[in-house]
This record gives sequence, C-alpha cells and structure tokens, in this order.
Amino acid sequence: MFLLNLILAIVWAVVIGEFSIANLLAGFVIGYFALWVASPKGTKSVYFSKARQLTNFVLFFLWELLIASIRVAVDIVTPRHRMKPAILAISTTGYTSNELALLANTITLTPGSLSVDVAPDGNTLFVHVMYSDDIEQTRREIEQALGGRVKELLQ
Amino acid sequence: MTYLLIFLLGLGITFLVLAGVGILRLPDLFCRASATTKAATLGAGLVLLATTFFFQDAQVTLRVVATMAFLLLTAPVGAHVIARAAYRQKTELWSGTIRDELADWQASRDDSQAAK
Repeated sequence: MFLLNLILAIVWAVVIGEFSIANLLAGFVIGYFALWVASPKGTKSVYFSKARQLTNFVLFFLWELLIASIRVAVDIVTPRHRMKPAILAISTTGYTSNELALLANTITLTPGSLSVDVAPDGNTLFVHVMYSDDIEQTRREIEQALGGRVKELLQ
Repeated sequence: MTYLLIFLLGLGITFLVLAGVGILRLPDLFCRASATTKAATLGAGLVLLATTFFFQDAQVTLRVVATMAFLLLTAPVGAHVIARAAYRQKTELWSGTIRDELADWQASRDDSQAAK
C-alpha cells in the first residue's frame, strides 16, 4: 500500500512536469486520499490507520519536545533550581524489544527525562526525570501516554 | 519570509546557547545530559529548518531531512549510554534528587541473591 502511494506520488510529479520536493509531497498526500477513497469500506488496509497513528505520534512528540525544552530553558536562566529530579522505575511488562527500544528513545528525546538502565529481564525501565512534583503522576504519564502510543504504533 | 528566517534562526540559536549554559549551571550529570541533548537537538533542528527555507532547493532539503533523522536517532542513544555508564560508575546524584528507584531495585536484587 505504501509502495502504491509512493508510485502515485512519483506519477503526480511526472504529470506536473517538475520533479520537486513540494510536488512529490503534494502527490503523496493526494495519492493517500485517492487510495483511501478507492478502497471499499470494511477492507481498508492497516496502512491507513498506521499512517494516521504515526502522524499523531510525531505531532505529539514534537509538541512535547517544544514544551519541555522551554521548561528546561526557563530553569536554566533563572537563578534558582526549581527541579526535583528522581529515578523512577517504569513497568514495561509485555513489551517486545522493538517497543522497548522506541519507548526508551522517545523518553530520552523528551527533555527532562532520560532512560538510565533496563532491568535484565526487560520488564522495568529506569528513567531519570528532572521534574517529578508528583512521583506517581509522572510515572503514570510515562507509562500510559507515551507507552500506550508506542505500543499502538508498533502493533 | 525574512522574518520567518530570523525567528527560526533566533529561536534555534537561543536553544543552542541555553544548552551550553545548561552544562555549566545544572547540578549533576543526569540533569545536564537530559537537558543538553534535547535543547541542542531542538536548536540544531530549528537552524536546519531555517536553511531549508533559505535555500528552497530539493538537494538541500533532502540533506536536511537526512541530518534530522540521524540526529533524532543517535542523540538519545548517546545520552542513554553516557547516563548508564555514569550510573554504573556510581556518579553521585544531586542532593536534591527526591527518589532513586534504581538503587532500591539493585538493593532488593542483591538481598535476594544473598538469601540464595
């Protein structure tokens, strides 16, 4: 399905007659909708739901990156340290190694948190967070908001 | 267009400078690593984005996309490995750290091994 989408994008650029990034992107988006309309209801390929989940994930991630960066930036410039760092154990029971790797990577990329170590059995991930005003709430946020999205994406 | 460029470049450079200041100001290695890798990634990303708008050229854009992808893939792995190595070296945590569940977990594992 993805390949078909890619071919449609290239065809679009060829028909327009100018092989630029903008044309390829436009072709890809239009091709995506064309494919979506063309496939009958009930037999929609997983490609459509995956593509939407991936877009959601990337947008959510960029948003988190911006918010947390500003928070850390403010703390760096102001004279007092307002942070409460802690190392938390995040339960990752039932994760495959791919899911675990993506989760650990995402955690490290979100500012203010850093994955430090993984238990040898792969069931616990130890995360250093810079702002844990409420330990249990921070833990829940990482486990559900981040972990849930990662699992959904790789299913 | 010029204003967009100034905005993106300014914001990107601000984050890069703050990442540098963060290394000096933050209290322990873990805070430093977590603050600087991301501020630097975001800063570099914004500067790269500004370059694509400035050149508006397919070649440059493609290279920027590749650079961003590799930055996003490698920066967290590097930070994680440094943090892990530091923890195993028993690098001290800042005195303001409120909880260390990795230490608790290691202690409980050592206890159960001692009991066997």
